[in-house]
Amino acid sequence: MTTVPHKQFQETLADTGLQLAIYSATGRLMDKRRATVRQEVLPDYQELRLQASALKKHTIENLDHYLEQFEASVAARGGKVVWCKDAGDAAEFLVRLAREKDARLFTKVKSMTTEEIDLNEHLEEHGLEAVESDLGEFIVQLAHSRPYHIVAPALNLTRYDVADLFTRALGVERETVPENQTKIARRVLREKFLAADIGISGANFLVADSGAVVLVTNEGNGRMCTTLPKVHVAIAGIEKLIPRARDLAVFLKLLGRSATGQPLSVYTSFLAGPRRPHEIDGPEEFYVLLLDNGRTRLLADREKRQSLYCIRCGACLNHCPVFRKIGGHNYPWVYSGPIGQVISPQYRGIGQDPWLPFASSLCGACAEVCPVKIELPKLLLELRGEVVKAKSRDGESRLERLGFRAWSWLMRHPSLYELAGMMGSLVLTSPEEGKWLRRVPFVPNVGPLKAWSSERDIPPLPAKSFRQLWRTRQGVAR
Amino acid sequence: MSRDNILHKVRTALGRSAGQPPAPPPEARLRVPEVDLETRLARFSQALEALGGKFYRAASQDDARAYVAALVDGRSAVASNSPYLEQCGITALAGVRSGFLEEPVLRGLCAVTDFGVTSADYGLADTGSLVMLSSREEARMISLLPPVHVAVLAKECILTGLDELFTVLALPAEATSSMVLITGPSRTADIEQILIRGVHGPGETHVIVV
Repeated sequence: MTTVPHKQFQETLADTGLQLAIYSATGRLMDKRRATVRQEVLPDYQELRLQASALKKHTIENLDHYLEQFEASVAARGGKVVWCKDAGDAAEFLVRLAREKDARLFTKVKSMTTEEIDLNEHLEEHGLEAVESDLGEFIVQLAHSRPYHIVAPALNLTRYDVADLFTRALGVERETVPENQTKIARRVLREKFLAADIGISGANFLVADSGAVVLVTNEGNGRMCTTLPKVHVAIAGIEKLIPRARDLAVFLKLLGRSATGQPLSVYTSFLAGPRRPHEIDGPEEFYVLLLDNGRTRLLADREKRQSLYCIRCGACLNHCPVFRKIGGHNYPWVYSGPIGQVISPQYRGIGQDPWLPFASSLCGACAEVCPVKIELPKLLLELRGEVVKAKSRDGESRLERLGFRAWSWLMRHPSLYELAGMMGSLVLTSPEEGKWLRRVPFVPNVGPLKAWSSERDIPPLPAKSFRQLWRTRQGVAR
Repeated sequence: MSRDNILHKVRTALGRSAGQPPAPPPEARLRVPEVDLETRLARFSQALEALGGKFYRAASQDDARAYVAALVDGRSAVASNSPYLEQCGITALAGVRSGFLEEPVLRGLCAVTDFGVTSADYGLADTGSLVMLSSREEARMISLLPPVHVAVLAKECILTGLDELFTVLALPAEATSSMVLITGPSRTADIEQILIRGVHGPGETHVIVV
């Protein structure tokens, strides 16, 4: 059950084009990040991480206070906060709002939270059109797929894939030059922006003292969706809060650098309520949907609640040797990479995809680059423990436990242990110097042993054990 | 009711009671280094140009007007209602239309105009960013819909960076419902990681510092 479904990954591993795409895209993002957090260009990078982490810790540990403060600040600016326990609540509100406003067309800013609750599908069921406006998300939507990467959603598609998609879905002449493809998207989406009734966004941050939604984009679609339609609805998890506007000075310096190696992304919008009487443009109505969807359950876990600090920069994906091989679609949910492995089981229940925390080498690269210092490998280990505990409750791992008990008994009897070692070194020998064994020789390769050895090679045991060598050395020393 | 239900769950999870004040939040240490104007301007232009933006240092308001005039050169432009643009004489230039207070009119115009001309509240030297607060003087669309954005501001408006911005403007929401930081031209790398400028926002950005 906790066996990582390697077979499922084979398709991705065998696709050399895709392997190259993942490898080069994540590699480039790694390089660009490194260049912008270097000691010479950002001497207080580590201090910023500490501050960001401390600010998030404080906010999460006093979340009820900041949620209420945020709600009051939004109301004071003429906006409204809507509390949503799950996807259903959020969709229901939007459908009702659309009916009230006689709205048909939504334009959307890229948002992982709306992916999480399958918002587009919910809206489509009610005959409403929701158009993704980030170029990558637009492509993903045309392909009826899901984002491959938190910040680079169409990473797995080539310009030729995009050409096919555009020809099929938009009825345009085949165009394979990315610059021209972008122009096509600009033209198509510009019409949508100007015609949209309601703009939907996520939120990179929610600022408690200001009642503000902060959006960071590079293309300008965030500004389009929150400037042109009469109504702006932001949908955000309750963990997105930060206490004060000035805290943005810390977070903004980390977000762009960690995500794409930009000191600051092109557009950072700080949006506090609907347009004011003296302002010329902007939405007339402003709603913020605060989404639980499993977050309060995670909050109750003292150890693991730190995974709510995440600012979705995607750096842990880029630096993960597992993500860099298997890509984004082999993870079972919208959140991929190390952070996805940590939050998916917690949002959706540990019983779903119990293998997820095991698909990691625990190398620690993710924790090293995390701008808010989430201890990802530690949390993966914790989750592994939970999976195993649940299994032993179900009596599933009886054999495994028996094995470990025998092992522990052997360890407590040194002479027997040595004997077992000597026997082992006779059996576990390699025909070729240094070459690892594919399976345990002379033992029938069935059942749990087969399950174990099908995924692992075994190093040959050396002819002389450490204890034997030690005794010889001791002899020499005397 | 979802509100009370969620707040109750949050409090139970954290072991907190309703209305319990938190300890003061950790300080976000903002550092505002002393950097002389020349250095700030040099940094600003360097950062902006690295992003593909164009920087021009105008000797005077007349010089700024001449730059804009040469740029627009017979094509169409919409200027914001910023008094600074009027002072520079930019709103009086041929081809430049200004003075719009009605959203629908402005939207229709911005959608078909070649240049959007605005001022800006601040510039950030470290990143080459413009800081724009929405108001009666500055509509949001002018820096967004036209394919070219031209911003004209006085050199004193160039701050060092984010830390200084949030020091002089600790509560932006008191002044406006929308503050936007614009750092270079609109861009994407969503297709094969190839950098392309001008996706939805302007693909060309000119900043004129007087």
